Amino acid sequence: MIRFVDVHKSYRVDGRDIPALQPFSLDIADGEVFGIIGLSGAGKSTLIRLINLLERPSGGRIFVGNTEMTALDEPALRAQRRRIGMIFQHFNLLASQTVSDNVAFPLRLAGERDAGVLRARVDELLARVGLSAHADKYPSQLSGGQKQRVGIARALANRPTILLCDEATSALDPQTTASVLELLAEINRELKLTIVLITHEMDVVRRVCDRVAVLDAGAIVERGAVADVFLHPQHPTTKRFVNEALPEEAASELAPFARVPGRLLRLSFRGDATLTPALGRVARETGVEFNLLAGRIDRIKDLPYGQLTLAMQGERVDAALAALRTAGIEIEELRR
Amino acid sequence: MNPLQKLFPNIDDWGEIGRACIDTLLMLGGSLALTVLIGLPLGVLLYLTGKGQLRPMPKLYAATSLLVNILRSVPFIILMIVLMPVTYALVGTKLGIRGAIPPLVIGAAPFFARLVETALREVQQGVIEASQAMGASLWQIVRHVLLPEARGGLLAGITVTAIALVGYTAMGGAIGSGGLGDLAYRYGYLSYKSDYMLVTVVLLILLVQALQMIGDRIVARYKRR
Repeated sequence: MIRFVDVHKSYRVDGRDIPALQPFSLDIADGEVFGIIGLSGAGKSTLIRLINLLERPSGGRIFVGNTEMTALDEPALRAQRRRIGMIFQHFNLLASQTVSDNVAFPLRLAGERDAGVLRARVDELLARVGLSAHADKYPSQLSGGQKQRVGIARALANRPTILLCDEATSALDPQTTASVLELLAEINRELKLTIVLITHEMDVVRRVCDRVAVLDAGAIVERGAVADVFLHPQHPTTKRFVNEALPEEAASELAPFARVPGRLLRLSFRGDATLTPALGRVARETGVEFNLLAGRIDRIKDLPYGQLTLAMQGERVDAALAALRTAGIEIEELRR
Repeated sequence: MNPLQKLFPNIDDWGEIGRACIDTLLMLGGSLALTVLIGLPLGVLLYLTGKGQLRPMPKLYAATSLLVNILRSVPFIILMIVLMPVTYALVGTKLGIRGAIPPLVIGAAPFFARLVETALREVQQGVIEASQAMGASLWQIVRHVLLPEARGGLLAGITVTAIALVGYTAMGGAIGSGGLGDLAYRYGYLSYKSDYMLVTVVLLILLVQALQMIGDRIVARYKRR
């Protein structure tokens, strides 16, 4: 469990305090993938660095497990940092060391000297990230995705309980991003590792996160389960992020449908509701007609979901809506 | 008359030139080793205490920086003369190879320290942050991150310093430190034997070329990007 209690942070620039993070409290549960999304300058890099105290808060307390990080002295803090892995946007590998030595580095820092132990652990880690064949190469000889895999292997070396991901896929192309995210999800499942990631892409949150916090100008403006935030964004910033992930949703603003007759509805299906033919059945039973205007069916992490914008007409629209709600479908009335 | 004698009529003792070469190499080797030994920690200190670095200490940085700048701004020939009492106190003589080494080191170490500082600043900030996140101590960061990552720049700095030291050792000849500079000064300048001058200049050029070549090779071998 990672817990922020009344934490805030400001930077001192030329004798003036510039606020970076407004006071906030936040709990991140063991084993979850927690996303923090925000535009650049929103304070997300600062927030993630508070967890391992690369940035010190100006006030408040930060706990990792039962340890109050903000109360530790230097040596104790270094010991705690070894239990928290971190990966970076620009990988930050040692250019002068081979892949093997990069992965062995945190083990050596922790005082491991036995060559046999080092080799066994490095081999195991490289196998996990699929880089066994590249052990003796230098980082400059690897692609971006491979470099990030080395970063992940290095972050896992000391068997951490938490993995911090600082824009880990922002420098990668879409395909490589997908494979790195898949690896992160796999690590989360198999090692029961808590993952905190920051990103400016809603798609990254949708694919791997369980919960998300939206950061805007140093304040957490929205937080919750990814499905809730994604299907029903409240804050304008959140809506903007969701619309970026779903360009067709942006097009479902009402204007283009001004001439379409009937009541304009947005239906959200989640999980099992996505897999049942409820819409067709209800239409048949109540005699309403519907006209499909926009929609998408996809997954949020492992949860299938669908979101359809449609116009409905007929005598018994209210009965149809009640029946759909009974079937577990969420309904928003966009226009009566 | 052999052809060497015809070409260099004034040079009757080639052995003396050989001994001067060895003296120059000894002065160079000794002073370079000590320069690195003193300049490297000094450069690391400058880097670490600089603004926005790992252990910013503005006053210590300003003081070290001032000392380095003072030593660098005195022309070497004057520095040698000014330092004579210090040299005598340190090694018991102002002459010969032993007498040459203290001023050479005091002249070159601040220069090398600046090169070290610059080379360390080239190390990516992110790599340092990553090692902090892994729980590295300051000493571990210096020893296992900064120095290895800056290896290429440091080796290039040593090469440049070695070449500067060749020039300094030659100047040392003017105040009796021995070596090729001494030969050129005494025979070539004071006694108008221009063939001595020619030989020493050629030998110095060869020495500098050799140092640069060796330095470049080592840098190329160790630089990984």
